[in-house]
Amino acid sequence: MSDPILDISGISKSFGALKVSNNISLDLRSGEIHALIGPNGAGKSTLIKQIAGGLPPDSGTVYFDGQDITALSTAARARLGMGRTFQISSLAQEYTVLQNAVLGALGNRGDVFRFFRPVMKDPDLLATANEALELVGLEDFKSFVTSELSHGQRRQLEVAVALTLSPKVFLMDEPMAGLGAEGSHRLMGFLGELKQKAPILLVEHDMDAVFTLADRISVLVYGEIIASGSVDEIRGNPIVRTAYLGEEAET
Amino acid sequence: MRKETILNAALLFGLLAFPLWAWVADEPFLITLTTRAIVFAIAGVGLNFALGFGGLVSLGHAAFFGLGGYVMGVLAFHAQTYTSVMDWPFVISGTKSMPIIWLVTLILSAILAVGIGALSLRTSGVYFIMITLAFAQMLFYFTISWSTYGGEDGLSIYVRNGFPGLNTMDPIQFYAICYVILLMVLAFVFALSRSSFGLALGASRQNEDRIQAVGQVPFRLYLTAFAISGAITGLSGALFADLNRFVSPTMFSWQTSGEIMVFVILGGVGRVFGPVAGAVLFIVLEHTLGGLSEFWHIYLGAILLGVVLFARGGLYGMITGREVAHE
Repeated sequence: MSDPILDISGISKSFGALKVSNNISLDLRSGEIHALIGPNGAGKSTLIKQIAGGLPPDSGTVYFDGQDITALSTAARARLGMGRTFQISSLAQEYTVLQNAVLGALGNRGDVFRFFRPVMKDPDLLATANEALELVGLEDFKSFVTSELSHGQRRQLEVAVALTLSPKVFLMDEPMAGLGAEGSHRLMGFLGELKQKAPILLVEHDMDAVFTLADRISVLVYGEIIASGSVDEIRGNPIVRTAYLGEEAET
Repeated sequence: MRKETILNAALLFGLLAFPLWAWVADEPFLITLTTRAIVFAIAGVGLNFALGFGGLVSLGHAAFFGLGGYVMGVLAFHAQTYTSVMDWPFVISGTKSMPIIWLVTLILSAILAVGIGALSLRTSGVYFIMITLAFAQMLFYFTISWSTYGGEDGLSIYVRNGFPGLNTMDPIQFYAICYVILLMVLAFVFALSRSSFGLALGASRQNEDRIQAVGQVPFRLYLTAFAISGAITGLSGALFADLNRFVSPTMFSWQTSGEIMVFVILGGVGRVFGPVAGAVLFIVLEHTLGGLSEFWHIYLGAILLGVVLFARGGLYGMITGREVAHE
């Protein structure tokens, strides 16, 4: 196997007496979807924050593309190539779909301190933005204001903005949440192709999606990874079944 | 054409036609009154860049307005008394030249804004409002006790500062200067609003997580916006002092900050031309209602309440609707 692009090594984080991350190690290799599952309050979001930036771990290291990024800011990690989508859709709501995508391309190119040239006429940024929007199937909604989009379309736009960063990995925090069955199905098909562009660390509640999509699964319970392995290994793992899967394993 | 463009053009045309009419009709007071509106408009456009585009609710923009006033006052005071501002480590003498005064004002206001912003932008919401207010109040009390330059009584400048080739004491000529500056400031802010920086700043106001996720740091965007905003408002302060040929600590008072914010809210937060409409409306109200009663601020308060409750977008929002640029 190739060297991991993202390598989380022995991360711990406590809030007071509460250990939200307990010596977590996790990695992500090219071409795969690594799903992170766990019940509510297991510490998934806290872990994502420590990977994407914004919350420094008490101990442990995050390596990205061979570099120690534990001390870097969220913005610096994004510039290195972490494409993140949020659990609660985080877009510029007053902007159009195209403006959001151009924003991503602009942020990635890095020259935001330009004061005179109209940004929405920049051919390079428009090309990047349009390509990303076509890939997620939003090309007919470019002039829509983001707040007018459906829930599913906002998810697609989040992915499109992440794509404009030409990221080396995707961090996706519950992308299926709130999507209908049809929406989930479509997004699943899309993620299956997307992983060829860059591997995906997928935090997801939807078990069907995880078992269908993931190449590897790690199970987080009370801040600890209690199991990690292929889909079949996780499905058959007795600890996982009792600790977490419960009813879902029986169906 | 979009309604907003028509309104902008009408506003600029009216601000050209009215003083010209007043000039022909020999009503210098009305020219001076319109000059006041223009100068307030510039102050408002400056604040609006921080408030409307960056979402930075500064209740301390009097700091820049007053700084501009005092830059003009101090430089002109030394020029008219034939003394130097300082002798050591190098000699700085006073000046009666408007362009030099403006340049110094722009630089000093931007520096002050970076200083205030560097501290206050670490907070947000009500704390940001309070810290910006506190900075302006510090300068207010400082100038009250600064006896060299008149303390509480302020500084009178006997002759308006000069501009090459113009007689600045002629109301219509001084008006022309202010009008052209307003046009330049509007063009600058309009360009900014469509630039890369404008896009990123607006995104940061709407969602800080988003701007970080695309690799940019909100603080840097805010600080730059705050410096630009402060410089513009500072410039208007220098013009205001020249209009009155007088500068006093009142320019630093929190009422001044409040009034500048009123221009922005009356006109329309986040619209490039909004504060121009707001400042004009303010002056019209001050002139008409002020003639009726000394307590005209009560009516202004009622109108402001109406705008905030029923017309969030101010005058611009009322007339143009919820139109957003889609280009």
